[in-house]
Amino acid sequence: MSNSTLTAHGGIVVEHAVQFTLIELCRACHAEPVELLELVDEGVLLPSGDEPAQWRFDGALLQRARAAVRLTRDLELTPAGTAVVLDLLDEIAMLRTRLQRLTNAR
Amino acid sequence: MPAPSSVIAGMQFKDYYALLGVERSASQADIKRAYRKLARKFHPDVSKEPDAEARFKDVAEAYAALKDAEKRAAYDTLGDGTPKDQDFRPPPGWEGGFEFSERGPANGSSERSDFFEALFGRGRTRAGSPHFAGPATGSDQHARIQVDLRDCYQGARRSITLRTPTIAENGELTWQPRVLEVTIPKGIRDGQHLRLAGQGNAASEGGPAGDLYLEIALTPHPRFRIDGRDVYTDLPITPWEAALGTRVTVPVPDGSVELSVPPGSSSGRRLRLRGRGIPGNPVGDLYAVLGIVTPPAATEAAQTAYRELAAACADFNPRPP
Repeated sequence: MSNSTLTAHGGIVVEHAVQFTLIELCRACHAEPVELLELVDEGVLLPSGDEPAQWRFDGALLQRARAAVRLTRDLELTPAGTAVVLDLLDEIAMLRTRLQRLTNAR
Repeated sequence: MPAPSSVIAGMQFKDYYALLGVERSASQADIKRAYRKLARKFHPDVSKEPDAEARFKDVAEAYAALKDAEKRAAYDTLGDGTPKDQDFRPPPGWEGGFEFSERGPANGSSERSDFFEALFGRGRTRAGSPHFAGPATGSDQHARIQVDLRDCYQGARRSITLRTPTIAENGELTWQPRVLEVTIPKGIRDGQHLRLAGQGNAASEGGPAGDLYLEIALTPHPRFRIDGRDVYTDLPITPWEAALGTRVTVPVPDGSVELSVPPGSSSGRRLRLRGRGIPGNPVGDLYAVLGIVTPPAATEAAQTAYRELAAACADFNPRPP
């Protein structure tokens, strides 16, 4: 079979223009709803809306959600363990940014 | 089912015990410990090791093969006496008789090698949402796309090739290359994602295809540093340029710009080029960070000039009491 060429006219930037429902975020993370529910319970992911059917996850959470699902599975972590890891990773990222700013300012 | 020999022949044997750093006689507990230790070290989400992703993939695959007693037994019957670093051929009678279904790859970091798939099958990939009613949607697909800073400034078009699993007429599962033209919008930043609706994996039974997500990976630039939408670059100047002021041409990611260095500038001073950072709303700024470079006093003339400078600035004390 020959290669099929498809032209896609630009995607949308998830971080700017997407609000995920729980189901959409599950699909994007290849996760079961229960896995994301646990992460919401743990405060790792904060959706807007009162109950799961109305939840909307900001597009900027995609990266965090995927990392959380990967870490939980690959390192066999509990949701609480994942929360700690992500908090520490956030802190490292923040410190790196500050370090870079100090270097930039000199 | 395809003849296994045609699937396996020609691919390299993988020594899963060596990848985990354990003996062939290791207990299941030893294997688990070894995996966890290596996973913590090389997991792409936590590791800064340069080859973390590839290492983790190997380690995860080795663990997937060895943690399950049945799979491990199947693997052990193959591993005995097979010379390493040679093309692997299955022993006679190997019919791929072990059937496994497992949680499939969650993402690129845990894809299995052809060797693994030839032994154990591809397993059942986790479709996005198996428990929801309605026609099944194809699974979302993720890929990473490398861009450089100029692409962030100007936007770009890229051809990317994806491998899509396809069932051929004889029922064999093959990877079909698929070429996609992607428009990268200007203003894109490192770590952001593009979503291309309906360009993910096809659904098996007439449902809608999944979406394709492209993660943007920005190639670091030797001259420019990025902070959000702001861009920093070092601008070396001479002492007299710093003291007297000058106009210099500064390379910026989308060309170059004339910049005036005010008289009396010192090292570390940041000159802002408003709106010349990464495009967006709001647009970023570009900062040129001044660094004064002193010429060596390598000639008699240069030494004389330094002495004259010292005499002219006799009152200047860089170390005030």
